[in-house]
Amino acid sequence: MCTYISNSATVIGAGKGASGWFRVNQATVGFDHPTFTSAEHAILIDFTSRGEDLSARVAVELDLESGRALLATLTETIRAAEASGVE
Amino acid sequence: MWNSFRTDQTLGITAEITTYAGCGGDTIHAYVARPTTDGPHPGVVAIHHMPGWDEFYQEFCERLARHGYIVIAPDLYCRFGHGSPDDVFAKARSEGGVHDDAVVADGAAALEWLKAQPDFSGKTGTIGSCSGGRHALLLASLVPGFDAVADLWGGGVVPTDQVNPARPVAPLEYTPQLATPVLGIFGNEDKGPTPEQVDLHEAELKKHGKDYEFHRYDGAGHGFIYYHNGLYRPEQAMDAWEKIFAFFERNLSAE
Repeated sequence: MCTYISNSATVIGAGKGASGWFRVNQATVGFDHPTFTSAEHAILIDFTSRGEDLSARVAVELDLESGRALLATLTETIRAAEASGVE
Repeated sequence: MWNSFRTDQTLGITAEITTYAGCGGDTIHAYVARPTTDGPHPGVVAIHHMPGWDEFYQEFCERLARHGYIVIAPDLYCRFGHGSPDDVFAKARSEGGVHDDAVVADGAAALEWLKAQPDFSGKTGTIGSCSGGRHALLLASLVPGFDAVADLWGGGVVPTDQVNPARPVAPLEYTPQLATPVLGIFGNEDKGPTPEQVDLHEAELKKHGKDYEFHRYDGAGHGFIYYHNGLYRPEQAMDAWEKIFAFFERNLSAE
């Protein structure tokens, strides 16, 4: 099934893609058909640069459990970063 | 039937990427595969799956062409830009996918392209898988001139929470006006369409007295003819191909 589940966030950062480093300004998280993973559906995360060539993309496909683990790790890392007082 | 050609037969195919005027007059790309033999040949408008206008769909077109059809597969994601198929798919996904109206208009223009081919027989089918199965049903329901439609596990055919501004109407709603025979190919382990959703679709076709045939496969889920990934189920896939060949031959052969 094509779920069309997709959400995007504006972000500031950089990513390393097939052609090297590039500025990242959008993160899109979906749950739909993966390209590489042998599963009907996967969490699809794309870091991209709006306005740039479509190959400016860092792509990740994860199963749901991995998505939860990533979310927990990201949340914990942000919590620790904020608690550290370092910017 | 697949692999039933005579070894002294001269049938071959040609295939290429071309452009044509799609929705709104936009120039879009299309993959065209066709027999090298003299016509007339029936036509097929192939509607690619959600992962996009990719190498699988090029080979999909070639397989149908090898069985005697002029096949045109529009690049429905052409307006999202160009790059590798997975990069374009990512762009399309981030923008919510392609709008139904654009798909139908691009498909209608593909039908007109077929009509302009000197070796076209006048009979046309449409086929698609995944989102393309749903799109093929929409196309056959909304555009006069098709003689057969094959839906390969199209999701969102029955109303679900997928109905949104880009996909405002589930194809099920158009069943009363659908004038072409329908072939449905489904895996019983699919989560979308589920067997229950396929039941609803079948009930609607039956209710309106439509000409249809559904084939449902045990041990198969979504996308079971996709030989490039782990969804592939070879026995079910080859049987499904036989159903497709027979359905198109029955409905698209010359009178």
